[in-house]
Amino acid sequence: MKRSMHSLLGFGLVGALLVVVLLGFVWLPYDPLAIDLDHTLAAPSLAHWLGTDEFGRDVASRAMLGARISLLIAIQTVAISIVVGTALGLVVGFLRGWTERVIMTFSDALLAFPGILLALALVAVMGSSRHSIVIALAIAYLPATVRVVRGSVISIREREYVEASRVAGDSALYTMWRIVLPNALPPILVLATSLFGWVILSESALSFLGVGVPPPLPTWGNMLSSARPYMYAASWLSIAPGLCIVATLLGINMLGDALRDRLDPRDN
Amino acid sequence: MSERLLTIEDLRIEAGERVLLEGLSFAVAAGERLAIVGESGSGKTLATRAIPGLLAPGLERVSGTIHFEGRELTALGERGLRSVRGAGIGLVFQEPMTSLNPALPIGVQLAEGLKLHRGLDDAEVRRRSIDMLARVQIADPEACLARYPHEFSGGMRQRIMLASVLLLEPRLLIADEPTTALDTLSQREVLQLMVALTREMGTALLLITHDLGLVAEYTDRVIVLEKGVMVEEGMTADVLARPKHPYTAKLIGSLPRKDGDRAAIAPDAPAALRIEHVRVDYPGKAGLFRAGAPIRVIDDVTLDVRAGEIVALVGASGSGKTTLGRTALGLKPLAGGRILFDGNDIAKLDRAGERAFRRDAQLVFQDPFSSLPPHLRIGEIVGAALRHVPGLSAAERQDRIRATLDDVGLAGFEDRRPHQMSGGQRQRVAIARAIASEPRLVVADEPVSALDVTIQLQVLTLLQRIQRDRGFACLFITHDLAVVEQIADRVIVLEKGRIVEQGPTDAVFAAPSHDYTRRLLAASPALALTETLAAQQ
Repeated sequence: MKRSMHSLLGFGLVGALLVVVLLGFVWLPYDPLAIDLDHTLAAPSLAHWLGTDEFGRDVASRAMLGARISLLIAIQTVAISIVVGTALGLVVGFLRGWTERVIMTFSDALLAFPGILLALALVAVMGSSRHSIVIALAIAYLPATVRVVRGSVISIREREYVEASRVAGDSALYTMWRIVLPNALPPILVLATSLFGWVILSESALSFLGVGVPPPLPTWGNMLSSARPYMYAASWLSIAPGLCIVATLLGINMLGDALRDRLDPRDN
Repeated sequence: MSERLLTIEDLRIEAGERVLLEGLSFAVAAGERLAIVGESGSGKTLATRAIPGLLAPGLERVSGTIHFEGRELTALGERGLRSVRGAGIGLVFQEPMTSLNPALPIGVQLAEGLKLHRGLDDAEVRRRSIDMLARVQIADPEACLARYPHEFSGGMRQRIMLASVLLLEPRLLIADEPTTALDTLSQREVLQLMVALTREMGTALLLITHDLGLVAEYTDRVIVLEKGVMVEEGMTADVLARPKHPYTAKLIGSLPRKDGDRAAIAPDAPAALRIEHVRVDYPGKAGLFRAGAPIRVIDDVTLDVRAGEIVALVGASGSGKTTLGRTALGLKPLAGGRILFDGNDIAKLDRAGERAFRRDAQLVFQDPFSSLPPHLRIGEIVGAALRHVPGLSAAERQDRIRATLDDVGLAGFEDRRPHQMSGGQRQRVAIARAIASEPRLVVADEPVSALDVTIQLQVLTLLQRIQRDRGFACLFITHDLAVVEQIADRVIVLEKGRIVEQGPTDAVFAAPSHDYTRRLLAASPALALTETLAAQQ
């Protein structure tokens, strides 16, 4: 009962996010970049549901566009991190030996830096743009992916059906791809959902620190960052993007939990 | 019958809507040894878990009374039950690896119960613990107190478990498949100790088992459960000699026994598989800065398996029989010697030769649950080796898969997945997978030891028929001499990585020449039972 409530709420929140993003492609209340100096820092009203910012831009429109950009960055980052991390983890966990030692040494070295610090340094080197944020975050979260996949693969390669594949005459590549990978997927999928949440948070953090997506394009993070001076004068500026981040993370984490429960073989 | 110790009446256990046990009534007299037999799903374990109030969550005792030493256990609360457990009713479970706490030394675990139930001082607890460890024949019981469970073998652990339970001098000992995880020799030691000690202490023994051989050898009375219902009850000797219920008769009929003639293979026939002076090492425990000294698990083994014969490889756990089976298929690196398949050294095969070898030499695994990839359909699993048969079209491959499944009695199962099948069906799939590429050598590693007795017989008979039809060479690895008696033409006995005896099955069983073989034969209760039953007929 409680479990299904959780997954329902998760689906609801993530679904709402998707609707907002898709709606943003066809209709936005105002142009999110249009400056209107006559109506700066206006409180929420019927005309501007979530108020306007210091340049008179509509906060609701900016949050909708910000959702699209944040989501796009998250999807790209998770995709790169999961694909590359799965490939590396699969090879490393299946072959073991010196391949494992070399790759894991690199991976552990990366893991030694806090993810956000590493991303910060990478963005600083590459210059701040959407692409460099995606690449920096993907690299920052790569070691975690490699570790999870490797662990899962190591436990699976000891199963007898993997040995059976070898006895049948399959090549190592075939065994990895067709036998080991499908059975290693559940933890990878669960990781992907949590990663999604982490990336949205990290991207917000980077934007907040000023190395994220450069203005005037809005993301939840840089909206929060530019709202800081007006915390008391115009609290809606911080509340809107803040609530967006909280609701999205909550939804994704609940979805991840629901997914984990579904994929747990003990439940079958 | 003397005084009644335990009386169970009309016990019924349900899990949600499902009835797992129904209308079970029986009594245990003081000092009596009673067996409950049944296959998996018969409810034999549930019945005994319910007695001390240890049913798993989700299971519910819907009705029934459990009367023990003048007290109604179902009316007692958790507190009251705790005073009965241990002191009144002792329990020994199947898995000695998990029933002792790995983080505490033996001495602490033995003392726990004594302090809780008897309130003895430390010196007395220590004295009694040492005394009891000596009685279960642990060498150097004083030193044992300070050691941890992982330092002992499975058989020793189960004896320590027995000691910890008997320390409290319970009136009833419930042993749930206490030796199923042990090899033949340790099984005999543990059970003989259990029987001797309970007799000495006047403790009644309730033995839960699937093994009729153990029932025959160690118990007075027997109850047979089938799918949660008691179908037969009586004195052990009577029930085994003259079963009244068809299910009991079926269980007894499923005991492996020799049927048909041994294959007559000319001793000079060319060997399909020849293992020559093979040695296999495992890496030893490594230090921080040095590699460990290798441990020799197979030591100078030479053997032949000829086309058309089944050669049994027997030995206790740790004898290296599984390793040897894998080695024969080229799955383990050799430390010495060579393996010849059809006269060719498999280490020197070219690519094409290796591919042919992989097709021609197959393996049937022990555990049908972990040996089938869960995400594939049965058709794909069975056809795995067929992908590597050159010149086989997709349609021909499907035909071969269908024919093979038909041969193992699973026609029409191509589209199922492993989790939709029973253990016996899965093992048929494993056999189908091994024979689909028409191999000339099949290594079968304990293929029936994870199965229920009645299923065991079906799978063995199937394997035997297919082997006779197709005439491949078969290396059959097992710890169960009764199975060897039924299926093998020749037998090879392995002890600590060395062959100690080999020869035609009948000759070896009739006159074993090595002491280890004699001990294995003497320790096989199923073999003893089939002989007794055969003599009675």
